[in-house]
Amino acid sequence: MSNSILVVGGGFAGLTAAIEAAELGHDVYIVEKTPYLGGRVAQLNKYFPKLCPPSCGLEIQFQRIRKNPRIKFFTMAEVTGLSGTKGDYTVTVKVKPRRVVAHNVDLTLLASSLEGTVDNEFDLGLSKRKAVYKSMPFAYPNRFVFDPAALSLADTARVAANKYLLPEEPEKELTLNVGAIVVATGWKPYDVTRLTNLGAGSVKNCISNMQMERIAAASGPTGGRIVRPSDGCRPKSIAFVQCAGSRDQNHLNYCSYICCMASLKQAQYVVEQCPDARVSIFYIDLRTPGRYVNVLDKVKACPNVQMVKGKVADVRQGENNTVVLTVEDAVRGEKMTLNYDMVVLATGMQPSLADDKLPLPLPLDEDGFVMGGEEAGIFAAGCARMPLDVMRTAQSGTAAALKAVQTVKGR
Amino acid sequence: MASKIGVYFDLQNIGGGLDVEALAEQAKAKWGDLTPVVKCVPVLCDAEKEILADIEANGLDGVLLCGASPRDMADVLRLPVLTEHVNLREQCVLAYKNPDGSPLGNGDAPELLKIMARDYVNMGVVKLQKSEMPDSAAVEGVKRILVIGGGWTGLTAAMEASATGYEVVLVEKADVLGGAANNIPTGSPLKAPWEDKEPTNVKAKIDAVTADPQITVHMSSRMAKLEGQPGEFTATIATPSGEVTVAVGAVVLAAGWAPLDPKYLAGMGLGKSPKIVHAAEFGKMLVAGKVDARRIAFVLDTTLAEEALKSEAPAEPEAGGEAAKAQVEEGEEKAFIKENLESIKHLRYSNTVNSVGMLRLANIVCEKTNDATQAFILYKDMMIPGILERFYKKMQDRLGIMMTKADVTAIDDRGDRIVVSCANTLLGMDFDLDVDMVVVPTGIVPVTAKDVTVEFAYRQGPDFPDLGLFDGFADSNYICFPYETRRTGVYAAGCVRQPLTMDACEEDARGAVLKAVQCIEAADHGVAVHPRSGDRSYPVFNFVRCTQCKRCTEECPFGALDDDEKGTPKPNPARCRRCGTCFGACPERVISFANYNIDQIGSMIREVEVPKDFKKEGPRILILACENDAYPALDMAGMRRKAWNPYCRIIPVRCLGSVNAIWVSDAMSKGFDGVLLLGCKYGDDYQCHFVKGSEICNRRKENIAETLNRLGVQPERVEQMEVAIDEYDKVPDMIDDFVARITDMGPNPFKGM
Repeated sequence: MSNSILVVGGGFAGLTAAIEAAELGHDVYIVEKTPYLGGRVAQLNKYFPKLCPPSCGLEIQFQRIRKNPRIKFFTMAEVTGLSGTKGDYTVTVKVKPRRVVAHNVDLTLLASSLEGTVDNEFDLGLSKRKAVYKSMPFAYPNRFVFDPAALSLADTARVAANKYLLPEEPEKELTLNVGAIVVATGWKPYDVTRLTNLGAGSVKNCISNMQMERIAAASGPTGGRIVRPSDGCRPKSIAFVQCAGSRDQNHLNYCSYICCMASLKQAQYVVEQCPDARVSIFYIDLRTPGRYVNVLDKVKACPNVQMVKGKVADVRQGENNTVVLTVEDAVRGEKMTLNYDMVVLATGMQPSLADDKLPLPLPLDEDGFVMGGEEAGIFAAGCARMPLDVMRTAQSGTAAALKAVQTVKGR
Repeated sequence: MASKIGVYFDLQNIGGGLDVEALAEQAKAKWGDLTPVVKCVPVLCDAEKEILADIEANGLDGVLLCGASPRDMADVLRLPVLTEHVNLREQCVLAYKNPDGSPLGNGDAPELLKIMARDYVNMGVVKLQKSEMPDSAAVEGVKRILVIGGGWTGLTAAMEASATGYEVVLVEKADVLGGAANNIPTGSPLKAPWEDKEPTNVKAKIDAVTADPQITVHMSSRMAKLEGQPGEFTATIATPSGEVTVAVGAVVLAAGWAPLDPKYLAGMGLGKSPKIVHAAEFGKMLVAGKVDARRIAFVLDTTLAEEALKSEAPAEPEAGGEAAKAQVEEGEEKAFIKENLESIKHLRYSNTVNSVGMLRLANIVCEKTNDATQAFILYKDMMIPGILERFYKKMQDRLGIMMTKADVTAIDDRGDRIVVSCANTLLGMDFDLDVDMVVVPTGIVPVTAKDVTVEFAYRQGPDFPDLGLFDGFADSNYICFPYETRRTGVYAAGCVRQPLTMDACEEDARGAVLKAVQCIEAADHGVAVHPRSGDRSYPVFNFVRCTQCKRCTEECPFGALDDDEKGTPKPNPARCRRCGTCFGACPERVISFANYNIDQIGSMIREVEVPKDFKKEGPRILILACENDAYPALDMAGMRRKAWNPYCRIIPVRCLGSVNAIWVSDAMSKGFDGVLLLGCKYGDDYQCHFVKGSEICNRRKENIAETLNRLGVQPERVEQMEVAIDEYDKVPDMIDDFVARITDMGPNPFKGM
């Protein structure tokens, strides 16, 4: 029997669940796939509706983790097996090697001396990273990762003598004994290559909303300057295509909750940085639940922002790397062909479990959302359960923590 | 007071050509017996055993760790004695540039860097010397939770608290439990697969609560008073059989909502015809079997209501509106009058609840009549975000339900029928719809918008502060921390916090219960709750010198301090969030934390070596940086090699609210030429982790300016700037600009005196 709790996923739902449970006196393990904690929100520039930086809330969470010896976390780690029953689970976890000493050593200079690069997954392909890297400035733990596969030939010599790198570090496996499990595996942006009518990711200057977050972020590929990826120029016109994959039974058979608000937020980034740019938002419904209507009013008041109820049927490359949209105006019933310097696809969220299954007895629906598990002492939180915004995710993580605590209490 | 301090230098993380051994020697020579152990270790992270042995062998009561930023210690050293960090990496070496702006070279450290490092080490030693291990202000945490409201959310909260092993006292103002849920026997989806209507089984919930021996229910009752502090509140409940007092540890506020006054919906015809009702009313009629209409329009577009109100002459302020505000501001002796925050805004805020709710109602009507009833749903935007889209889709297939986007331009009762005029529809034309009945949205008005629900017996008044910011909802300003209210130990859930659908209310109730349980346990262990969770320190008052000026009791953002008739503050440590705003306010400096106090920071300021010759050796600038956002931003700037002027010395503070004017005087009399206060954004969208700290600091700055003026010091020498945590690329420039302005001003007239 164990009164410890396992939290799978170190994004906002997982962090919240883990910290809230630990502050109630329970030992908690977080198992996170990436080299850092924070998950998707770490990639965001700002939160709606306040346009405040996500790193602010994450910093508080990290401080709470630092202070709390009850929380142990494993990054670059995945759950590989589960046995036992509610109240007494044995979990095996595989931890990939970080290949850097376990100190807070600063390898910035070494990293910048390297030349070999690969695509930076953190910037969703908009930038390159080195073989020694940290995903972002606020990465927690604040430790580098060494990925020998990205070394150039000359790099190999540069890193050879470095005493902080551990090229031979093996993969580790560990076993945890826990009484309850919180599944907070989160979401990923829907794969644009599947959206063939929207350019399938091959139209230049047609980016996804998550890429837009990286472009607008100070830590992103352009240092926060909103520019066209193809030529680095300021866009004079920009369109947001809502429901790119969402509310479509051929893709995501649900509404992704956040994309309308995300586009309204990003429209504000554009208005601030490029006040003369023409902004269009094409939508089916503008979903601004509750007090978020105030954000809608604020954006509507911007003179250069136009909102059109209509579905974008087609995205193609135009001249000079512009993007051509075919839009059906739902109210006027007319078809329009429009040209923009840049287009943002408001891609939806797909549950991570849609493709990457967990070795847990978890019933999933056909989209990959968790639809039960409570009887087994396994509780889904955040976007593993349904699409949510950050506020609702925090709520969900806190609620899941309570259920987990109830399960292990007194054991 | 640490009297035997071990000082450790992290050789791995102090670069910049600094001679670390020499730095250690200097510390040893300067502090002598105070620092019996001064060591340079290869890797600080690995030195835990060595330090523990030194503590044992030398009786150390303080440890100073000099190296990387404390934020950057991947493996926190957990030492049994007072521990402080000196940030010699991010905010010293990595942030260093020469006064002319040229970067740090590769050779030996320049003199200015050496001086800076020395200053920081000395400041660290003094900080420890003026620090004590905090004892804790534990109370006997009462393991009982008060739930205010016995509706859907309150019932859920009561059951969950009981299931977690806590007793519950539930207060319900009506004579039945269940609240609005009693009119919703069949609800929208409550669980996966989120497609179909679902029985709410509210009766089962009520039965479970009533039968639970751990739950005491008070019906037809309301809160008369909540006094005390988390862990040991005393709740006075006005019940039909008189007042009952009960000890509770924490509170879940699930007081729910009331429908928006029909007058706000007059433009949609509400109140003008019995055949025009709002959704909640329609739900009641359905339950009572009183709906026989065959053609029903469900109108979600609220423009008519809004336009009608706009065209009216600006209404007289509500009774208790502006007048009440003025009265409260004038003086606290006058009686508190609740401001009425109900408004038309609540109608639009209820968009999701109404979109989902009207689908639910239309579905029931059609089902009951085998789709002989025709339900028209007229919307501007179908506000069904997220997974409930599946329910929406399912409803689209329902024979009796017809939905279209429409601008509803008129609702006209013509006796035998009601004509609903629709424009801009998806059908490609405008049309008039003849119906027997019209259902308009229900505005969810949180009970807190109109009533004082908790009745705090607090010095700062019986209500939550700043409800106006959230249009009356007992909500948090924090996206990441939705349960934060400004009254520690009271956690709001359900529609009193936000208009939420029933599934979300259940989840919200669980979250709030967890926070309530956590708060009780924190009080029991004598530690702070969010955001300084686990902090054992708390403000201690030296009442002998207190002049009863009441500033601390007025300024505490969390209303932690009550007072007696004379105005002597009465602390409630378990309400306190440990921001230090109270001691920032105190002109007599009678408030302190064991490990954070006026004298400590003052001593650190005085420990900086300030050269007399401004021209030759440069100015000195003190930066008091909020440790929550400004400090990490500075770390990040350093990490990214964005250096700032080397004449600055940074002292982290818990919150700008804790900045006491005496520190500015200390700095000026020491000869500092300028003081920069770096803190969080304030205003309606504040980012201050303690809500009011940075705003209060800005207000106090005006007083500081006056004092400086009187002393003949230009008030421009003190400036406050807002820094967000992600503005790490901007903050060095902000600092440099400030230093440039100070340099132009010339030396502080007190320098060298």
